[in-house]
Amino acid sequence: MTKKITLPITDEAIRDLKAGDSVLLTGTILTGRDAAHKRLFELIEQGKELPVDIKGELIYYVGPAPAKEGYAVGPAGPTSSYRMDKYAPALLDLGLKGMIGKGARNQAVIDAMVRNGCVYFAAIGGAAALIAKSIKKEEILCYEDLGTEAVRRYTVEDFPCIVAIDCEGNNVYETEPVKYRTI
Amino acid sequence: MKFRTVTAQEITAAVKQLFMDCNYYIGGDIMDALTKARDQEASPVGRNVLDQIIENDKIAAAEQIPLCQDTGMAVLFIEYGDKVSVDGDFEEAVEEGVRQAYRDGYLRKSVVDDPVFDRVNTKDNTPAILHTKIVKGDKIRITAGGKGFGSENMSAIKMLTPSYGEEGVKQFILDTVFAAGPNPCPPIVVGVGIGGTFERAAQLAKKATFRPIDTHHPDARYAAMEDELLESINRMGFGPAGLGGNTTALGVNIETSPTHIAGMPVAVNICCHAARHASTEI
Repeated sequence: MTKKITLPITDEAIRDLKAGDSVLLTGTILTGRDAAHKRLFELIEQGKELPVDIKGELIYYVGPAPAKEGYAVGPAGPTSSYRMDKYAPALLDLGLKGMIGKGARNQAVIDAMVRNGCVYFAAIGGAAALIAKSIKKEEILCYEDLGTEAVRRYTVEDFPCIVAIDCEGNNVYETEPVKYRTI
Repeated sequence: MKFRTVTAQEITAAVKQLFMDCNYYIGGDIMDALTKARDQEASPVGRNVLDQIIENDKIAAAEQIPLCQDTGMAVLFIEYGDKVSVDGDFEEAVEEGVRQAYRDGYLRKSVVDDPVFDRVNTKDNTPAILHTKIVKGDKIRITAGGKGFGSENMSAIKMLTPSYGEEGVKQFILDTVFAAGPNPCPPIVVGVGIGGTFERAAQLAKKATFRPIDTHHPDARYAAMEDELLESINRMGFGPAGLGGNTTALGVNIETSPTHIAGMPVAVNICCHAARHASTEI
């Protein structure tokens, strides 16, 4: 069963999501990856205001390829999330409601998710051309000098992902592989 | 001695085409393995992920867009014939091919100039990583690939010593793949380099990821090790996208080299299912 979520995501919708659920997201999401996270984190450490309001938002860990003529965006699959683990708890504590990426997270991120009632979605790594079909519009919000790593706002329709870690800390990367492990 | 002359423009055009092709068109060996895995995958989520990957790769080919947004760092294995003369700067001709492919082919520019301090994007995906070998003949053979770093980051090298033997080699490879878990975009291709020196093992591991996965090491003992490792990896349960299942790897390729009496270096270069490489001869 696939759950359809309209963004911005509500606390009630987050509580309703269980690890393993298939989800289609519609609305707007932010993007950001390594270099942008480093800058945002440094501003938080200095007690300064962020150039983008992250409250209530989802952030997609992505660095898209350029868009060909006639395309709203270029191929845009998820990048490995663990590289943002150092920065994610600070963003979650400031009101970020969730993250979209791929792969495992560390305990500090999971603790921050549980503490703040947040969700972590996995998109399919390496399915960038397919995923881009669900991204209808992009707008650069800040850090344009970072090129592919700039922070963007994506308008998405039925963006496909899976609840990898829910707000109670249930984690598909822990629960699913062991079911098929025979070594 | 008679030399055949190749123009710098020919080199540039060939390199450009290789990088565009490998980023748009997944290899037949990978597509066959994905299709076979789809039929054998036990996990319903895993089957769904494989369906999406197959559909993704078909969209990329049909629309000539990159199949993955991480179009990689440009890596080239070049066999340069000793009877060829290039009228110009050979390495610059290769770099120009990379530059043009990443610019005109809508590929992502993913290279930063300095690894630790500046980390400023070079904006044209250069410099490339060139492995050039002089061989006999009047041809230049180029194998090019875009290496994504989600999987590159999960790679490892260890200077094993002779007493580790076959078991020690297999254990290190399996430990590396297990530690990578869901991160390198499984199902993965595992490139292994055994022997040589520290850097030769790493280079062989990369070369192994560029070898078609429907081939084997010419020595039957290593070929058997490839099959055995593939089976063991697929029993780890990570599955497609790491969401559980029995397709964690599509292939294991081993390349070997003579080594020192005291050593047995092993390098494991992990590649995602978007194992992109293409070859041409000039």
